[in-house]
Amino acid sequence: MRRPTASTYHPPAVTANGPPFRLLPRLDEENEFFWTSGAQGVLRFLKCQDCRRFIHPPSPICPICLGDDLAPEAVSGRGEVTSFTVNYQQWVPDSEPYVIGWVTIAEQDDVRLTTNLVDVEIDDVAVGMPVEVVFEHHEDVYLPLFRPVGQ
Amino acid sequence: MSEPLERRAVISGIGQSDVGRRLGRSELDLTIQAARAAIEDAGLQREDIDGLATYPGGGMGGGGFAGPGTPVVQDALRLSLNWHDGGGEGPAQIRAVMAACLAVAAGLARHVLVYRTVTEGTAQGSGGRRGIGGGGEMGARLSGPFQWLLPFGAVSAANWLALVAQARAAEFGLTRRQLGQIPVNNRRNAAHNPKAIYREPMTLDDYLAARMITSPLCLFDCDVPCDGSTAVIVSHVDYAGDAPHPVCHVNAIGTALRGRPSWDQFDDPTTMAARDAGASMWERTELTPGDVDVAQLYDGFSILAMVWLEAMQFCGRGEGGPFVEGGARIALDGQLPLNTAGGQLSGGRLHGFGLLHEACVQLRGEGGGRQVTPQPEVAAVANGGGPIAGTMLLTRGTG
Repeated sequence: MRRPTASTYHPPAVTANGPPFRLLPRLDEENEFFWTSGAQGVLRFLKCQDCRRFIHPPSPICPICLGDDLAPEAVSGRGEVTSFTVNYQQWVPDSEPYVIGWVTIAEQDDVRLTTNLVDVEIDDVAVGMPVEVVFEHHEDVYLPLFRPVGQ
Repeated sequence: MSEPLERRAVISGIGQSDVGRRLGRSELDLTIQAARAAIEDAGLQREDIDGLATYPGGGMGGGGFAGPGTPVVQDALRLSLNWHDGGGEGPAQIRAVMAACLAVAAGLARHVLVYRTVTEGTAQGSGGRRGIGGGGEMGARLSGPFQWLLPFGAVSAANWLALVAQARAAEFGLTRRQLGQIPVNNRRNAAHNPKAIYREPMTLDDYLAARMITSPLCLFDCDVPCDGSTAVIVSHVDYAGDAPHPVCHVNAIGTALRGRPSWDQFDDPTTMAARDAGASMWERTELTPGDVDVAQLYDGFSILAMVWLEAMQFCGRGEGGPFVEGGARIALDGQLPLNTAGGQLSGGRLHGFGLLHEACVQLRGEGGGRQVTPQPEVAAVANGGGPIAGTMLLTRGTG
């Protein structure tokens, strides 16, 4: 079991900090830009250069217009909590509760991330809460997590 | 609309092995017990079986999830097959039964043995329930769809569906007292099912006091892993008059998936695939939701049965909470008796096929202390959750 080492990590308390274990994605030609964008402190999604829609998860073609001219573009990192759950189940021993959320990005209402809500009192998490991205760095991966705006 | 092809199929026999928390028997042993019971129930001999199907197929997941594949069962029973099929993709667990219906309708087979076997109780041993990747695989990197979920500790379908439940709480005002009616109802029914895993009474207060797993889902919102095998015989409808028991006619199947096949990108995260599978079933029949006498709706998690009540159009979108409020409407003597053998929450996670089996039991009037009266003529079955959904409408045969 590996504890997060990034600056977003705090000792377990009532403040949510994500799970006490991290399973990491394997980087490949399609997903690498997404999982490493945090190195520059920005969140990026593929954007169709023809119909100008963001696409997630990454794909070789735009699923709307079927165009293949796609490029990663930065978004504001702002979004809104669409739903959340506080995980209490001890998937690994002695873990503290953590918050899993769905965050819909500000730029497009059908792009949703499953993520962790961090730097927030568990009791304060609510659907509709405005949030902003923070990154947690593990090896070659920067996980996009979200905290309340203005923390 | 020309007559749906699935109406050329009937369920002529049903069988179920012993069901228990940790039986310590092999998956093949349980499968053969269920299969032989179903073949006999259909009035057939082993030699009559010329088709074989299962979900999800051998090797499709560890931990007692998959059961034996069709080659293993075919060889154990030394079946001579004209058609065979196994697979984990498609309209939920019940997809194997749908495939069998279409095979008999197409003349590829006449009597298909379809089974689903789990040994998750024994595989789990004395330990707790594990999430996907929740232990033992910590060093492995993720590819494919799970890479968008598991890195955030969303390691279990419990987590993914808790997000659905909380979205419903926010949008529709769903309460735990409403959601709890489903596990309480199912437990009440399980008392009349000798094979059910949990049969002792449970009150709404017991439910509300249970430990939280992943809010708002508590322990009793999650089904119970078990060991058991369920088998049905899908036959051509022209066998109906020769079967020793009244057959269950397949009136319509629901197979659609019109939204995105994703746990977190579906256009309406309060419903997901169930909406499409439910709607597409009603598009194939002259029957209506009001004609259904008993419903067996997938309850791997209680929230799924709530979603299914709406997706099958027994109530409007977002109205599932008020629909079950107080519990009377879904009770054995209610307007829509639900999960009459205890569902998976109390009956055990027989993974969709237990619900199908119970639909047939009810249509045949063999439910004993849990039999719905008057004897149902139409039963609805729903399998799956999240981006996975399939439905079937069955009607009672004569004879």
